[in-house]
Amino acid sequence: MSLDPVFLSRVQFAFVISFHIIFPSFTLGLAAWLAIIEGMRLATGNPVYRRVFDFWLKVFAVSFGMGVVTGVVMAFQFGTNWGVLSERTGAIQGPLLGYESFTAFMLESTFFGVVLLGRERVSPTFYFFACCMVSLGTMFSSFWILCNNSWMQVPLGHTIVNGKIVPADWWAITTGPIVRVRWPHMVLGAFLTSGMCVVATGAWYTLRGVHPAERRVMLHWGLGLVAVLVPMQMLLGNLTGGYIHKYQPAKFAAIEARWKTQQPASEALFAIPDPAHERNRFAIEVPKLGSYIESGTWGSRELGLEAFAPEDRPPVIVPFFAFRIMVGMGLIMLSTSWWGVILSLRGTLEKSRWFLWCAFLAFPTGFIAVLCGWFTAEVGRQPWIVYGILRTKDAVTPSLTTGSVVFSLLAYIAVYGVFGSFGLYYIYRLLEKGPSGEARPIPGATANRPMAFAGDAQTATGNLPHRQG
Amino acid sequence: MEPSNLAMFWAAVVCASILIYVVLDGFDLGVGILFGTVRDEATRVAMMNAIAPVWNGNETWLVVIGASLFAAFPVAYVVFMGAFYIPLLLLLSGVIFRGIAFEFRFRTQRMRPLWDWGFFLGSAVMAFVQGAAVGGMIIGIPVSNGQYSGGTFRWLAPFPMMTGTGLVFGYALLGACWLVLKSKGALHDWARRRIPWLVAAVLVVMFTVFWATADLNPLARGNLHTRPWGLISAGIGIIALIGVVAGSRSKQDWFPFATTVLFFISAFLALGAMFWPYIIPYSITVGNAAAPDASLSFFFLGAVVILPLITVYTIQVYWIFRGKTRDVTGE
Repeated sequence: MSLDPVFLSRVQFAFVISFHIIFPSFTLGLAAWLAIIEGMRLATGNPVYRRVFDFWLKVFAVSFGMGVVTGVVMAFQFGTNWGVLSERTGAIQGPLLGYESFTAFMLESTFFGVVLLGRERVSPTFYFFACCMVSLGTMFSSFWILCNNSWMQVPLGHTIVNGKIVPADWWAITTGPIVRVRWPHMVLGAFLTSGMCVVATGAWYTLRGVHPAERRVMLHWGLGLVAVLVPMQMLLGNLTGGYIHKYQPAKFAAIEARWKTQQPASEALFAIPDPAHERNRFAIEVPKLGSYIESGTWGSRELGLEAFAPEDRPPVIVPFFAFRIMVGMGLIMLSTSWWGVILSLRGTLEKSRWFLWCAFLAFPTGFIAVLCGWFTAEVGRQPWIVYGILRTKDAVTPSLTTGSVVFSLLAYIAVYGVFGSFGLYYIYRLLEKGPSGEARPIPGATANRPMAFAGDAQTATGNLPHRQG
Repeated sequence: MEPSNLAMFWAAVVCASILIYVVLDGFDLGVGILFGTVRDEATRVAMMNAIAPVWNGNETWLVVIGASLFAAFPVAYVVFMGAFYIPLLLLLSGVIFRGIAFEFRFRTQRMRPLWDWGFFLGSAVMAFVQGAAVGGMIIGIPVSNGQYSGGTFRWLAPFPMMTGTGLVFGYALLGACWLVLKSKGALHDWARRRIPWLVAAVLVVMFTVFWATADLNPLARGNLHTRPWGLISAGIGIIALIGVVAGSRSKQDWFPFATTVLFFISAFLALGAMFWPYIIPYSITVGNAAAPDASLSFFFLGAVVILPLITVYTIQVYWIFRGKTRDVTGE
């Protein structure tokens, strides 16, 4: 592993997209959360829902803004560093990623504006409808990304003409068996991410003894949603594992750190994989469980990494640990939410400081799970960038020099460092302050300038009021 | 290869998006550049507020360009990004820095000088690299096997440096005209006094550039001679610039902005006359860069449904915030 343009471009892509995915997964979940809360407000007329809504709307706006800005960079990464990939697969990836950008902008130009600025200008029913459309729009936006990535995982619906990979069946590309499983898996992951943040915020206010009515909505709704969604997510995760087992057996062996082909196969609960000697150290294994998980029988034969040529094997350590961390986060979410639901049924939820601390500290579990899931999927696909068709090492822009990528990587780290710390600081400030009455209009704010909502009206434009239509 | 009808449609979409982007983001980048030349806080606040509701939406078109190029002309997208790797990085850093500066400068006292520098530098760098990229295209972009085959710093040759500088002045001119259009009082008069100087700077750079082009690229020059509409466009551009200076004295505050926009449109057409039928001059034609019709027709729906929506929305935002920005006087 030398510091060549391929390795550095991989690091850069991983850095930029990991930073980016935090915000869309947060906003994807928050959009659905806002639609639910607005629906409750419409149904009950209880003003507490309005305060909770206006509060999370601000967090949503800032997060959406950060997602858009970091996403602008993503739109160019494919061309700058992965020239051969984009040239050969552009006929498929270009329209899919293009639709994602266009969907996001369409959302920004329509219902997002109504939700951010139009509360007083439209009827309550239409406002609720706009909230639902924003949620639907963010889901639709993520759909294109998952289409594109699923095609890179298991290419289908294409033909190869003169070395160029061109679309033959868009229907297969957009509704194939892989994307049908992975897209809901990602959407639920995003819901859980935001759900845990809502729960943690409610727990935080309870521990500090502030915002009693609002925190109750956040705690009860958040816990209830997470408690229902985690088992569904586990089912989808299992289906995702099924497609990997079927279509990407090398990735599957890497996730399981299974070096030798086994019958029946054991399951390593924990181990330190040792790639140099192709074995596991400190392994805790359950005999036969591997076969059962993969096939539903106790005696199936499961392929190990030895079954694949050395140049076709993915790295083991990252997929192995990333997958286990993801599952671990899922278990933490499951136990936190069910524990919380039991406490709330008993009526002792807000008195149990132990639980509240756990729930508060669990705020990053969803983010970690989403990131680790993606690490598993992407590192496990190696050494291919498009599985079975194009290798990562052959996909990089040929004119790229090591110096250029070192420079761009350092620049992105510096720029994102500044941008991220300020963005996260303002989100933290919003969360710390909590709900504060109804939101007032911010002068000069428009739907494609959502970051203006990072503070209150006075701080947005230096006190100078604007012409408003 | 002759471009198909769909490829021509997408070429038109890309061209229109570039033109819209240049005019719209051009004026707010220009205001950012002028922002760096004033010290007075009230003037700076007034300048910021003159572009506050629209600048972020203006940058939307940058992504529309990138997305359309990738989807419709993947080869051109790849070669362009490879040739301008560092400028593109600077452009994106500029987008991010301006964004942070815009939202955060009012929320802090201590850090304000940093954000003010970020806003000015981000604007100037974005303008410069765009101009340098145009210069790099006029020189020509070497390609082999569908990939860029030149060096990392080709865009830093003297010629692209000139065009980069030219666009910094050009955007500053657009910015000054926008301020004349949107502001009153001291800021209005200040911006109006800048116009003749900026026009002079643009003209000086342009004549230096055209004198250099005569040496640099016979193909571009030949194209201009055989396509009269290219020379006519260039002529209209010069007349428009004279109109800007004359208009800066009139009471019609829209006139300088309108004539500057006319100048940018004619400069764009003149560039088109130099480049056509190449999308990557003088290596890859529009027809050869186009994705297969199966891709272009799949993405067609996005263009005919979503782009009009974004356009209507853009017009609506400008309409809501039409007229003089209230209390933006710079006094």
